[in-house]
Amino acid sequence: MNSRRFGFIAIIIIVLFSVVVSIGKVKQPPLLIVTSMLATTIAVATPLTLGALSGVFSERAGVVNIGIEGMMLTSAFFGWLGAIYMYHVFGFNNGISIVLGLIFAIITGGLMALLHAVLSITFKVDQIIGGTVINILAIGLTGFLNRQLFFGKNSFFGGSVPSSPGVLPTLHIPITEIFAPICSSEACLQGINAINRVFDQKPVAISAILLVFISHYILFNTRWGLRTRAVGEHPKAADTVGINVIKMRYANVIIGGMFAGLAGAYFTIESVPSFEPLLTNGRGFISLAAMIFGNWTPIGAWAAALVFGASQAMLINMQIFRDVIPPQWAFLQESYIVGLTPYILTMFILTGIIGKTTPPAADGVPYEK
Amino acid sequence: MSKNKIVLEVKGLTKQFPGVLANDNINFDLHKAEIHALLGENGAGKSTLMNLIYGLHNADKGEILVNGKTAAIESPKDSIALGIGMVHQHFMLIPVFTVAENVMLGDETVKNGSLDRTAVAARINEISKQYSLDVDPNAIVGSLPVGIQQRVEIVKTLYRNAEIVILDEPTAVLTPQEADDLFRIMRDLTARGVSIIFITHKLKEVLAVADRITVMRAGRVVDTVVPAKTDSAQLANMMVGRQVILTVPKKDRKANGEILKVENVSVRDQRDLETVHNVSFSVFGGEVFGIAGVQGNGQTELSEALTGLRTPTGGKVTIAGKDLTGKSPRIITESGLAHIPEDRQRHGLVLNYSVVDNMALCDYYHAPFSQRGVLQPDALDKNARKLIKEYDVRTPSPFVSAGNLSGGNQQKVIIARELSRDVKLVIANQPTRGLDVGSIEYIHTEIIKMRDRGVAVLLISAELDEIMALSDRIAVMYRGQIVAIVETKKTTREQLGLWMAGVHAERK
Repeated sequence: MNSRRFGFIAIIIIVLFSVVVSIGKVKQPPLLIVTSMLATTIAVATPLTLGALSGVFSERAGVVNIGIEGMMLTSAFFGWLGAIYMYHVFGFNNGISIVLGLIFAIITGGLMALLHAVLSITFKVDQIIGGTVINILAIGLTGFLNRQLFFGKNSFFGGSVPSSPGVLPTLHIPITEIFAPICSSEACLQGINAINRVFDQKPVAISAILLVFISHYILFNTRWGLRTRAVGEHPKAADTVGINVIKMRYANVIIGGMFAGLAGAYFTIESVPSFEPLLTNGRGFISLAAMIFGNWTPIGAWAAALVFGASQAMLINMQIFRDVIPPQWAFLQESYIVGLTPYILTMFILTGIIGKTTPPAADGVPYEK
Repeated sequence: MSKNKIVLEVKGLTKQFPGVLANDNINFDLHKAEIHALLGENGAGKSTLMNLIYGLHNADKGEILVNGKTAAIESPKDSIALGIGMVHQHFMLIPVFTVAENVMLGDETVKNGSLDRTAVAARINEISKQYSLDVDPNAIVGSLPVGIQQRVEIVKTLYRNAEIVILDEPTAVLTPQEADDLFRIMRDLTARGVSIIFITHKLKEVLAVADRITVMRAGRVVDTVVPAKTDSAQLANMMVGRQVILTVPKKDRKANGEILKVENVSVRDQRDLETVHNVSFSVFGGEVFGIAGVQGNGQTELSEALTGLRTPTGGKVTIAGKDLTGKSPRIITESGLAHIPEDRQRHGLVLNYSVVDNMALCDYYHAPFSQRGVLQPDALDKNARKLIKEYDVRTPSPFVSAGNLSGGNQQKVIIARELSRDVKLVIANQPTRGLDVGSIEYIHTEIIKMRDRGVAVLLISAELDEIMALSDRIAVMYRGQIVAIVETKKTTREQLGLWMAGVHAERK
């Protein structure tokens, strides 16, 4: 990731924010708009960030992973299903059921990745095909089970979806409490309150940000990371110094899958307590775009994920300010036009307009002794 | 050598690959602090033997003893632990990593869970100083010249305290000066008690540096000799199993008219970098004009531009008085060019096609091979059988696909197709790369035959010996430019080597 790329990201985010601020300022103070948009940006960038990290681990080790979408979808389903089972069948309380659901989601991601690893590392199936298999399997499996378990004949839950135990709570970071005493004016207090909103995030969102920096440290400063990158760049070289290429690849693909699992949990355990078929809606693929734009680095991928987050935050905020959109910008009232932004950005970014990115040299190449 | 302690011994080692007995009951030993050369043609089993010792493959039978003790070597991990290090022919370095990262990979120094780059760099500097290797631990490997990359490989083995170092064809990628440097380093290593196995097929080098020489042929050890009691001819005979002419005899040249004229040609490569700048030279009928140079100095792009595979960005190419700049390969071929391409498998042959079809790739579209747009199998067949006989191509049948032939025979198919036509100019790029002594002898003889028939030959090769043996005049390419053109008789290996390395001070 070079500074030019970060600059480009900053400009896009500023543009997106400016559009909303310029429209909404008649209704709300700009600071409030910016902080609430920032909060939304970080929250909705969470699955993209985690999905991109999933890809970073897998591809840095030399395995192309286009199955992130499918891994997310499956994990979202099984995490949610697990939480419901724990709550209704095994009688755990809300909190424990939700946490167990989260763990189920992560395990599901790991298992789907294991399947991808077996296909692409052991059986040397074309990795694009392997990833496609994962994506198709995910759609079929979750759709089928969703129908059978809840709506099928003699289904366990008798034809209706039972109430879910809920979602993970927002963690309050006491910025207001700490800084309020030094405030003398009402405006200052309001400002601090507004800023505090940015930091009040849910656990998966916070862990995603922490994982970005942890992943960066692991990849570039530890033995594990050095070996992972070696295996993705020149596996034979790694083999000749006694590194087990197959093991390293398996481990990293599975770690990547667990990241995708956590991303899946964001949808059904953290965001809303329900599942619907195809709910990931292409976010796994946008994650891939973020990973590529971030040049296969965790921090770069996160920055790119924030761009997509910002475009979604714009979409959401546009709804709030719908009634004050000036007539000459009337097209912005149509949510489907604003809703296209993330996808147009994806295409735009992937054209390579900001220069070329370089994948790991052995990315997608099965290792043969 | 007085210290005849045996550090490595191989007893009855046998390795069977599907269809080939790669190593057949091999016995071999290595003394402390000696340079033991392992000589043999491609496919003789040298690399297999080393891969067994290094643990990349496992033997079917036999044992390996290190310092007198039976060693169970199942993977490189085991061999490294026993103090064996290997410098592979194709470097096992990661271009995007720094020298320090490459050196420590697999044997990392970690402090508080984090890579200790400072400690590793200090250790590399220490080793580098001790053996005067001059390696910067913080350089990115991909940006270093090949000779330095090789030193990084050597540092890698020393960092792991290797006492036995295997060098697999180490001089293949080096200029003569870099090779001399390497020999100096090898002697420094042995002076400090390191034992070296030196794999090569270059006779001259073996005689210059080895303490003992073991020759392998067809998976077996032929003999072990000392340099003082042998010579190139005897070693070549042992390698090939028959008498070999090492230098093809040739008469004085009878140059006639100018055939190829290259004027101020510039070429860009696929990354759009200009790799050939403003090159001019002429090749006359009846002479071999050699272009020497370390690989990657623009030779590939130049030959592609001359044969029509790449359009030059500037300049003019004339063959037999006809301006053929930027014309298609077919037009150039029809004007009398025979092209023996650098990469025989990609540009010389269609590997999935039979020998019959490959033999007709230049002429298939006109009579007698084609009548009214329909191929004539009888004519193709007759042509192939004739050429197979004439050029001694060893193939089970003319209908075998070219991909199933050995490298030497693949090259013979190309030679037969190209040289049997009525040509005025031959462009041969690395015609003997990767071939064994026997095939090299054959190809050299054919090239000289063409020259003696009055054809102009442009020979591009990174092998200085080949250039010196065949060429009447020699040009040296360095960084996309021709830095010198001399008559072979009026120059020396050393002088050419300097030019190849970019030392232009003595330029005349």
